[in-house]
Amino acid sequence: MNLKFVFKLAWRETRASRRRLSLLVGSVAAGVAALVAINGFTDNLRTSVSSQAKALLGADVAISGRKAFPDQIERLVDTLIKGDSATGTRGAAARVTSFAGMAYVARTSGVRLVQVRALEPGYPYYGDIITSPAGRWGSVAMGGRAVVDPSLLTALKAEIGDTLSLGQGRFVIDATVSNIPGDVGVATSIGPRVFIAASDLPATNLLQFGSRAEYELFVKLPDPSKAQTIADQRRVPLREIRYRIRTVEDDRENLTDSLTRLGNYLGLVALVALLLGGLGVASATHLFIRKKLDTIAVLRCLGATSGQVFLAYLVQALAMGALGSLVGAALGVGIQQVLPFLVKDFLPVDVKVAMAPQPLIVGIGLGLWVALVFALLPLLGVRRVSPLVTLRSAYEAAPGRADPLAWAAFGLLALSVVGLSAVQVQNLRDGAIFAGGVGVVVLVLWLASLGLIGALRRWFPRRLPYLYRQGLANLYRPSNQTGTVVLALGFGAFLLATLFLVQHNLLREFRVGGATSASGRPNLMFFDIQRDQAAGVDSVLTAAGHPGSAPVPIVPMRVASLKGVPVVQDSVPRDTTEAEEEAPRQRRPGGWAVRREYRSTYRDSITDSEKLVAGTWWSGPRGDGPARISVDADLARDLGVTVGDEIVWDVQGVQVPSKVVNLREIDWGRFQTNFFIVFESGVLEQAPQMLVTLTRVDSAAVRGQIQRQIAEKFPNVAAIDLSQVQEAIEGVLAKAALAVRFLALFSLAAGTIVLIGAVTTARLQRLREGVLLKTLGATRRQVLRILVAEYVALGLLAATVAIVLSAAAGWALAKWVFEARYDLPLGSLTGLTALLVLLTLLVGLWSSAEVLKRPPLAVLRSDT
Amino acid sequence: MLKCQGLTQTYVSGGRNLTVLNNITFTLERGGFLAIVGPSGSGKTTLLGLLAGLDRPSSGTIELDGHDLGGMTEDERAILRSQKVGFVFQSFHLIPTLTARENVQVPLELRDEPAEERAQDLLSRVGLGDRGHHYPAQLSGGEQQRVALARAFASRPQVLFADEPTGNLDAKNGSSIIELMMGLNRELGTTLIMVTHDRELASKAHRMIRLADGNVVEDVTIP
Repeated sequence: MNLKFVFKLAWRETRASRRRLSLLVGSVAAGVAALVAINGFTDNLRTSVSSQAKALLGADVAISGRKAFPDQIERLVDTLIKGDSATGTRGAAARVTSFAGMAYVARTSGVRLVQVRALEPGYPYYGDIITSPAGRWGSVAMGGRAVVDPSLLTALKAEIGDTLSLGQGRFVIDATVSNIPGDVGVATSIGPRVFIAASDLPATNLLQFGSRAEYELFVKLPDPSKAQTIADQRRVPLREIRYRIRTVEDDRENLTDSLTRLGNYLGLVALVALLLGGLGVASATHLFIRKKLDTIAVLRCLGATSGQVFLAYLVQALAMGALGSLVGAALGVGIQQVLPFLVKDFLPVDVKVAMAPQPLIVGIGLGLWVALVFALLPLLGVRRVSPLVTLRSAYEAAPGRADPLAWAAFGLLALSVVGLSAVQVQNLRDGAIFAGGVGVVVLVLWLASLGLIGALRRWFPRRLPYLYRQGLANLYRPSNQTGTVVLALGFGAFLLATLFLVQHNLLREFRVGGATSASGRPNLMFFDIQRDQAAGVDSVLTAAGHPGSAPVPIVPMRVASLKGVPVVQDSVPRDTTEAEEEAPRQRRPGGWAVRREYRSTYRDSITDSEKLVAGTWWSGPRGDGPARISVDADLARDLGVTVGDEIVWDVQGVQVPSKVVNLREIDWGRFQTNFFIVFESGVLEQAPQMLVTLTRVDSAAVRGQIQRQIAEKFPNVAAIDLSQVQEAIEGVLAKAALAVRFLALFSLAAGTIVLIGAVTTARLQRLREGVLLKTLGATRRQVLRILVAEYVALGLLAATVAIVLSAAAGWALAKWVFEARYDLPLGSLTGLTALLVLLTLLVGLWSSAEVLKRPPLAVLRSDT
Repeated sequence: MLKCQGLTQTYVSGGRNLTVLNNITFTLERGGFLAIVGPSGSGKTTLLGLLAGLDRPSSGTIELDGHDLGGMTEDERAILRSQKVGFVFQSFHLIPTLTARENVQVPLELRDEPAEERAQDLLSRVGLGDRGHHYPAQLSGGEQQRVALARAFASRPQVLFADEPTGNLDAKNGSSIIELMMGLNRELGTTLIMVTHDRELASKAHRMIRLADGNVVEDVTIP
């Protein structure tokens, strides 16, 4: 075969349809840009985690648990830091105690639930904590001073130098924290931190019986390289006494895994953009070829083989794909610089943007591949163009046999979509599900467009004024653009609407309503109330005019035996190998459910957020047998128990037998006190317990006032202002949504390019028709009305189908992935539909502007 | 040079068999000039297409310069065309994205032969030596057809097929095209086969076959 001719032809043929070819380039570029940006960013993220891993933990090894460290661990730490007598280096250890408490500033009357972190000097051993003013971190150790998160100052309207009250302790706010290694910005916006010296802790008098705290020990080893070995040796014995040990390497692996997974799934959004781009390539190629039929036939007459012609156009498509990929890669590198700013609040590391070759190569490669695979199917038609077209322009080849190569190309296309998705999420199953979902959406959109065409033909609205009839008829006439536009616009719209719906429903779950909400749901919660404080707390609330709910008791407990089988809580033998150690949850069904701590309550009635699904609620006085309990239905499944089974509980060392008499379904979405296990009353009254009480206060000022009174009188009692929590969560979700929407923009961009492509397709025909109509006496206004009718109908169909599909997808996601209740915001969806119709109309009119502008003669002349 | 035997072409149209050509047999010598005439729908263009190997007959054989077209694949026929056949069409069929010279170069480039000089030479021969860089849209109809003619002769074909070559041209341009064709026919010994319904044009050929309803109704040698 004469390849020189092929390349010459490929090059010369780019002179035609520059507009269409640039669409092809644009389609590929949008997708590749998104892919390069996201994969490059994920790559940067991984590198940053690796390089900053040590600072993330702040030590070589950390041991943590829920109880103050026993002698056993203190002795262990002593041995760990003793070090090597030969080298003489010694390690160090710092204890950090963290718990929730109320902080208030008398000067401003501000009060806020905070995370108190009481630290011993030395922490962190690695990484720098940057304060503002600079260099004040060390002052914490001096005692009587606190370093706080900046968000706390905002919440309390306080300033540096103010005195902060924590329980009975008083601290001067010395600085704010600008950066702590391993910080996730959004976490601190929900619970701002207050750092104080461990030596100041007793003065606050906050850690009393029943209070929940986390105890951590950060160890700097004399020989850091032994960290992993030490951790692996101690992991099992420590777990037996309910402590966890972890190393820099453990943290790094976990983080890298989850961040990579996150990056991969975000990459799916980019992949959608690339697939949309592929659609653009296919439609641009299809139209290009259709316009080239004459040229192809002439070339065939002159003796070019079908292979040569096919190859020439394939080379051309590939060249355009390559150009698009390069442009996209350049764009992607630019966007990669922006991404860290969008998501920095979610990341525990500072992302250093760097150009990594791999995402670039992968992006360009995928762009080329997509251009090839999507161009192949329409290009195969080239082989079947008969030279006879030169003699008879109306010649149509007899409907030939199905082209086996076309089927092969189609198979390659389908395989590519599945393969690309699987590679992107690094998981064949998820990749196949995603590709299947894409396939279903494409299929439904395609069927919808066929349906519209068929329905219009069949039930054509003959009564409409002529202009609208003409516009609608354009939708089903030969070489119409209905299918392509519905697909292109529909897919982008589907994606946007689905993202929107998911976000809407997630947010709704948290919406308890501040002052604006009419619902009477509680929005202020007090917990850690000791039994002898209950009456006092209630009197404060009542005095303020907002009596609290009956205090709900909370009793911590663990499972001692299940259906007569004792649960050996620490059944892992000491000599377990590492591999088995890795997967204890998989090995023992219900492992976590059996081993965890439960915070249960006791009462004799069912609440309105619960629904009985098996058995009956108890009534009548308590008998002599085991205590009657109600169990959450999902938990019962995890534990493998049902109505009638017996569970023995270990309540702070006391064995309490119980019998499951019913199962409940619980709506966890409400801000209410919900419990997996509810005991009948008369059993746990004497057990160590804390109380929780809820109330509703509409005014934010009054909420603050009440919290302050309680904090002054009962320093150990913590309060959660649900409105604040809700605000914080909404802030977090809004930021997350911003990042995701930013990515979805690429899909919209790719979709718009495809849309423009599709509209351009029909442009020439519209031009000819429009001019003909003008020649026959139609005014520009009338021609415009025809176009408006056509594009509004198209946009309406695509948007409606897309939104119905996204409503279904949103429902499925809410039900199976987020397990949230589902609500359709009809108003917003209608708005979105209108917006999409407008977009279609604008693109349509913009690309048809020539129809209106050009004088009839110019077009008729260029026609011949 | 060209031999056809029992050439029949039928199409299935609306469920019925439609015979477009019926049992056509004739032989044409090298260097000859054949005009195929007849009213619209008589099968002229179909016959031309079959003779040039653009389509396959329902039955019958065609032999072009010793090659049996019936035994060749579509692509083999294409290669044969690139070696032995030239075309001139009623609507010119220049490739709109190529300049005049590039259009003339195509058949040469297909055979991987040096193209530029010869193309320039041919364009000068048809009187368009200074218009080589123009695109078809920038040329008049007569000029376009002259470029097409230069293209047809570029690869020194042994047979030139012309389908109503003057159909879209005015009388003056039409006759100058015919003059050019006949001159090249004489000079290079190219066999000419032309479909036309212009009697005057047909009278310039050496031989005329008249078709009606797919049958040869007249086959005369013109003195």
